[in-house]
Amino acid sequence: MTRTPDAAGPPFLELRGVAKSFGHGARRTSVLRDVDLALDEGELVAIVGFSGSGKTTLVSLIAGLLAPDAGTIRLRGAPVRGPGPDRGVVFQSYALLPWLSVLGNVQLAVDAVHADWPRGRRREHAQRYVELVGLGHAAKKRPRELSGGMRQRVAVARALAMDPAMLLLDEPLGALDALTRASLQDEIERIFRAERKTVVLVTNDVDEALRLADRIVPLRPGPGATLGPSFEVKLERPRDRAALNHDITFKKLRNEVTGYLLELASQRSGGTPGGGPPLPPLRPLDLRHVDTRRSA
Amino acid sequence: MSVKQRVIRGLELGGLELFVPLVRLVAREEPGEQLRALARALGVPALALLAFLGIWSAAASRIEASIGSVPGPVAVWDAARGLVADHLAERAKQREFEERMAAAKAAAAAEGRPFRERRYAGSPTYFDQIATSLETVFAGFLLASLVAVPLGIVCGTSSTLYAAMNPLIQIMKPVSPLAWLPIVMILVSSLYTTSDPLFPKSFVSSSITVALCSLWPTLVNTAVGVASIDKDHLNVARVLKLPWKTRLRRIVVPASLPYIFTGLRLSLGVGWMVLIAAEMLSQNPGLGKFVWDMFQNGSSDTLSRILVAVFTIGLIGFALDRTMVALQRIVSHDAHA
Repeated sequence: MTRTPDAAGPPFLELRGVAKSFGHGARRTSVLRDVDLALDEGELVAIVGFSGSGKTTLVSLIAGLLAPDAGTIRLRGAPVRGPGPDRGVVFQSYALLPWLSVLGNVQLAVDAVHADWPRGRRREHAQRYVELVGLGHAAKKRPRELSGGMRQRVAVARALAMDPAMLLLDEPLGALDALTRASLQDEIERIFRAERKTVVLVTNDVDEALRLADRIVPLRPGPGATLGPSFEVKLERPRDRAALNHDITFKKLRNEVTGYLLELASQRSGGTPGGGPPLPPLRPLDLRHVDTRRSA
Repeated sequence: MSVKQRVIRGLELGGLELFVPLVRLVAREEPGEQLRALARALGVPALALLAFLGIWSAAASRIEASIGSVPGPVAVWDAARGLVADHLAERAKQREFEERMAAAKAAAAAEGRPFRERRYAGSPTYFDQIATSLETVFAGFLLASLVAVPLGIVCGTSSTLYAAMNPLIQIMKPVSPLAWLPIVMILVSSLYTTSDPLFPKSFVSSSITVALCSLWPTLVNTAVGVASIDKDHLNVARVLKLPWKTRLRRIVVPASLPYIFTGLRLSLGVGWMVLIAAEMLSQNPGLGKFVWDMFQNGSSDTLSRILVAVFTIGLIGFALDRTMVALQRIVSHDAHA
């Protein structure tokens, strides 16, 4: 599944030497630099990093909503110029249009992307994705009538209904409570297994990355953030949460990734881990998690 | 939804939450609680109103003006009834005239004589004047909206254009209708020269003046609304590569509708206020002209009739505002619509 150095042909998605800064003159801050990343078709890569380390900027660059200052981004060998429906985005804020119903939000995307389809087919297509995320009963509701988790599902349905070549998920579960988060992770895993999409998932939750990704790439903290070494996640799918908690590979990987991130944090603040430096915003799903980590 | 819920929702939409406890009381829902709420919501304003009427009537009897004493509430009420009676009498006369015309026409047709039809040439009643005022204000308001909303959208999308328009808007906004009116009247009388005008000149001048003064709140609010659209919503449009027409129709306009309607509400308020002055000077046969005519008359019931007009203007202004609030709530997708 994952890319090997001798694989033939260009990678599905390739970032090479990508850099992005904001501001001008003395106030210019470099957010990302020297970002190199290659994804194979069908691969789910999780970018894990601290809040404010440039994760959203990275997603915006791949989506084409921002243009890089240096470097190239190629999708199937063709350079990315501006946004397009071949890269479906699930925004951190979901970006649902509050004046449209659940179905209306999905329908807008379908109508725009498949403008050449007859009306009936477009409607069926939208309906199908609303049902895929389990919102058939709420298709006529407005976003404000939905819970956070339901809004998140609408955003996923809208992105998938565009039939994109790949999906970009910007902290898709970041605003949800732990329980909703867990159940949506199950759901996302089910959907992505069925749809076999290439996915870039940006998150600050190591457990979430481990549950969903084929590969984890840490984002070293900014300014001037860049990507760290990849961690392959060789866990059987479907990944059952309860079973994972006792899986040795899972625990080992989690300690590796967490350890790497903590070390980055301590380097940045120049202190020792556990002293003053900010801890990564990990969200333990239950108390056992906390216990495991302390004893580890 | 039950009838009760429907009525309550309607009242809330119209901004008349005041009367919700009354509906609940009729539905026998916690009568004690509703009575207390009602006493708070309606009792206090009612007492204040009574106090106002008391002070007014006490003060009125002590002030002697050149054309008789200042009318109290009772005199004003009588004047209002007099205006209604005038209206009904005028309508009866008109009906009578039309019946006579119809009879004459039939007789002429039977004898094969040519018949020249004449229209009833009675003077407009108070209610005709109210109708004219409403027509004029809506014509001006419509004209202002047709200019201000598209212009506001363009200003909101382009910060350069907004910067260009801003000084102009700031200078034009505080100008009084009394300054615009003479210019408008001169231009209308020199440019609007058809032998068979669709609208009277006074109507056109008043409407344009209303439009010129009520344009600005809608323009500014629309521009602000469009400029403050959630960036993520625009990003959705970019990802979907929506053509600009679709983007405008499906994203920009719906997103800024609450702002646009806030602007429209302010504009209608300004327009109604401006209208009375415009009508006075341009002799458009509406409420403004009514007040002016009463003033020129200088009869003993001048003051009481003008006061009737004052209250009418206030009540209609209030009703217009409530209507706009209701529309605003219907279109606002955020908050608690």
